[in-house]
Amino acid sequence: MTDIAPTAPQAPNWRATFRKITNSSAVTVVLAIVVALVVGAILIAAADEDVQRTVTYLFAQPGDFFVALGQSIGGAYAALFQGAVVNFGASSSGAALLPLARTVANSVPLIFAGLALGMGFRAGLFNIGGQGQIMLGAVFCSYLGFALHLPVGLHVIVCVLGAFVGGAIWGFVPGILKATTGANEVIVTIMLNSIAGFLLGFLLTLQSFRVPGSNNPISPMVDANALYPTFFGTPVSVGFVLAIAAAVGVWWLMERSTLGFRIKAVGANKDAALTSGMNVRTTYIWVMTIGGGLCGLAATAPLLGTPSQALSVDIASTFGFDAITVALLGRSKPLGTVLAGLLFGGLRAGGYMMQAGTGVPIDIILVLQSVIVLLIAAPPLVKAIFRLPDPSRRHKVRRARGMKASVARSEVTA
Amino acid sequence: MVTLGHTETNMIGFTVKKLATSAIIVAAAAVALSGCGAAPGTGGTNTTAPAATQYPDFLACMISDAGGFDDRSFNQSGWEGMTRAEKELGIKVKKAESKDSTDYANNLASMQDQKCDITFTVGYNLSDATKAQATKFPDTKFAILDDNQISLPNVKSLIFKTSDAAFLAGYAAAGYSKTGTVATFGGIKLPTVTIFMDGFVDGVAQYNKDFSKSIKVLGWDKEKQDGSFTGDFDDQTKGQNLSNNFISQGADVIMPVAGPVGAGASAAAKAAGNVAIVWVDADGYESSPQFKDLFLTSVVKQMSVTVYDTILATAQGKYSNTTYVGTLANDGVGIAPYHDYESKLSKDVQDKITDLKKQIVDGKLKVTSPSDPQ
Repeated sequence: MTDIAPTAPQAPNWRATFRKITNSSAVTVVLAIVVALVVGAILIAAADEDVQRTVTYLFAQPGDFFVALGQSIGGAYAALFQGAVVNFGASSSGAALLPLARTVANSVPLIFAGLALGMGFRAGLFNIGGQGQIMLGAVFCSYLGFALHLPVGLHVIVCVLGAFVGGAIWGFVPGILKATTGANEVIVTIMLNSIAGFLLGFLLTLQSFRVPGSNNPISPMVDANALYPTFFGTPVSVGFVLAIAAAVGVWWLMERSTLGFRIKAVGANKDAALTSGMNVRTTYIWVMTIGGGLCGLAATAPLLGTPSQALSVDIASTFGFDAITVALLGRSKPLGTVLAGLLFGGLRAGGYMMQAGTGVPIDIILVLQSVIVLLIAAPPLVKAIFRLPDPSRRHKVRRARGMKASVARSEVTA
Repeated sequence: MVTLGHTETNMIGFTVKKLATSAIIVAAAAVALSGCGAAPGTGGTNTTAPAATQYPDFLACMISDAGGFDDRSFNQSGWEGMTRAEKELGIKVKKAESKDSTDYANNLASMQDQKCDITFTVGYNLSDATKAQATKFPDTKFAILDDNQISLPNVKSLIFKTSDAAFLAGYAAAGYSKTGTVATFGGIKLPTVTIFMDGFVDGVAQYNKDFSKSIKVLGWDKEKQDGSFTGDFDDQTKGQNLSNNFISQGADVIMPVAGPVGAGASAAAKAAGNVAIVWVDADGYESSPQFKDLFLTSVVKQMSVTVYDTILATAQGKYSNTTYVGTLANDGVGIAPYHDYESKLSKDVQDKITDLKKQIVDGKLKVTSPSDPQ
């Protein structure tokens, strides 16, 4: 116990924050999205050249300004919608729904990694290592994909398993360190992200990871047999089906299995779980290992999806970090994570169209995502903006009393 | 605890209200102050020159690599060619910035929907994605900068034999050095980076041969193809630290091949006082005027000219997939004027460099690098 003692004062704060976020009501989430869109609109308008020009003679000819304002905001959000949901200008109904397919394809890595991190949150573990776990999954998946030449079907399965194992190894390390030495998983996973990044960079300097005859640090593409089969020639692939299956699997694990019960018990109160005879240490190891594996599966989306990508240093994109927000937005529940993953996948897909079509920088998407999470993390802010009653005030009092009691208890045990 | 919780909520509510009110006042004031100008055509004089309109229906698009269009290096140079074409030819332009490799295919797909007449992709990183897209859409024209791995009828490669120009810069650096030590470092070990370093090392070796000197080069070993790299194209502090190391080892000319990280080298040189910098990609004297008194010369890659020429040819219906190689002969690469160092670099060395340039152009002298375009 003594070795975990130094981190103890922090733990209740984090847990309280998690609980606040995961207990946020659906109304808060919807309102947070609305506020984010308004903030985004202001930024889009402020950055627009026509708006900047017309505002200088606002009083002489106010019409110009409002037309420019409407065009910049309307144009950007219309492009966002057309890039993420339906393209009304398309020639056929298949092409019109292509954006939706892109949204689904973009959501796959976010759902996998979001599920992984959500599981960790419910065990009270803040896994920041999604990024590194995805990289390791990518290394395994990619190597098995281009070095082996297996028949259709089998090759995909081998690559997917490889991705899971790669991620699981990188998740196991912080798990075992936390269990045996009490090492803070936040610090360990952040460090492992850097190590994974440099490891990947090093591997790509080796000839065995490069396209034969090339000096560029990019691996060959995986075999065509290893690619996820796609549906009707759209970017939607079996990868999405796997992601949904993973969500169902995580739901079953958390709600129906003994391990899931243990995970939730440890997350709610690890001392109580320990007292009631649960093995907290193995629970930590399991959560981190399974979570790492799920993160590893996120790597299959760019590598085995269509269009496929070769292994490069930035293969993990920002999936590992975006997944934290996806898991928070999805309140760490599988269904919520899938929906949040689809929302963020849509923002991603729409962002590309917004940038290409209207020239609005894709950074706006990051602003939208950040504002959404900021507001969800600070429900009082949303409530103040919309003057909502505060239904949690009663709970807060109860929780505060409970917390005071638990602090007193821990002081006694210390 | 109860009252505390209560006050807290009220305080937040109050602050937000107050904040919103003040924000509105500020915004209104800003609009009121700035909004008093006259509308164009209603009394204000319109001073903008009429825009060129030769090709009003031509749409050129560009997709950056992860460096973004503000990298003061090759993405930016490429984009300058686009904006010049917009101004001088009256074409329309669109751009999409990539943050990392997962963006490439997505950006290409979005650009496809914009129906571009030509789509530029910047950097070898986009090679795979460009190839896939060009195969899928054989009627769309593409051009890729700094890469020549694709041979398709609708992809034009634009590459540069930078080692020739870096050779001349290395010669100049060796000729200028008083300490007998010069240095170079890269951002990331990529062929488009090390090609500069290879040429630089060879240029110094040529100077040593011609003048029987033994000027040392720190930071790059051409034989082993290994040397000093900061590890990214972002962190200027690393560039500064690395440069300080070189300076403490006696280097008085440094060539950073690291895009924005080069500014860290300039800062270190400025602090040291008697150290010169060889800039790359663009003429540093113009692109980084705050350090202009540091630049001995620059290894220039004429990306913007190349992009502009490609747009013009395509708009005139003369697009071809022939690979363009920028060389000293066609001025696709070169070294910038010595500017403030004109008088500090001996006449002998300057004449020798002019002569060497001629020899390379005539094919009498060959500069080779493993990273040369094949």
